[in-house]
Amino acid sequence: MRASLVTAPFDPGAALSAFAADRSRTGAVASFVGIARGDPGSRLELDAWPEFTLGRIEALIDDARRRFGLDDVAVIHRIGRIEAGEAIVLVMTAAAHRRAALEACAYLMDHLKSRAPLWKKEYAADGTSRWVEPTAEDERGLDRWDA
Amino acid sequence: MLLFGRLAETAGWREKEVTASASLADLKAHLTQVWPELGAALNGRGVQAAVDKVVVAGDLSLTPDSEVAFLPPMSGG
Repeated sequence: MRASLVTAPFDPGAALSAFAADRSRTGAVASFVGIARGDPGSRLELDAWPEFTLGRIEALIDDARRRFGLDDVAVIHRIGRIEAGEAIVLVMTAAAHRRAALEACAYLMDHLKSRAPLWKKEYAADGTSRWVEPTAEDERGLDRWDA
Repeated sequence: MLLFGRLAETAGWREKEVTASASLADLKAHLTQVWPELGAALNGRGVQAAVDKVVVAGDLSLTPDSEVAFLPPMSGG
């Protein structure tokens, strides 16, 4: 169970290679990379309460591990200033079979969107900014796991 | 006490020592008196309170050592 918050850009490919290494007993590794979307010159600022945020992400990881019977799972989340095109989040799951690995990845992303204590502000290239609020779609994404 | 995201922006601060609040409701009333705009934002949709890093629903009594944080709706990922 691993969660980390990082303030500098990271290489999702290198992190995934390291995560997938030495897994001869694992049949499936799945991953999701979230990228800061926007025009050149736009950026995000992600506010966090690091010690609390980490604990909550670890609790989500724990839920996913139990629910999907994962062998391993890791989440890397950027905080602070993020330029358009940079990776914001990387979720990696390892399980015996593909369905558990893929579903756990989706479960974690749905929960990170609106259950992890992170607060996102978008800055457009023209200097205007707005706080991002969870959408109805984010809530629907969560509802499907309650069924 | 601690504020995050748009609540910190509304108040213009993130962290403050606040004394003499016996409960969460008292604290909110005090904050509303001193920073009316923040008070309105605290009662907005989806704002949660955490006391000593545990999210709480409803009112709760506080001690002088309580660490209270107000959390706006979360938007990670």
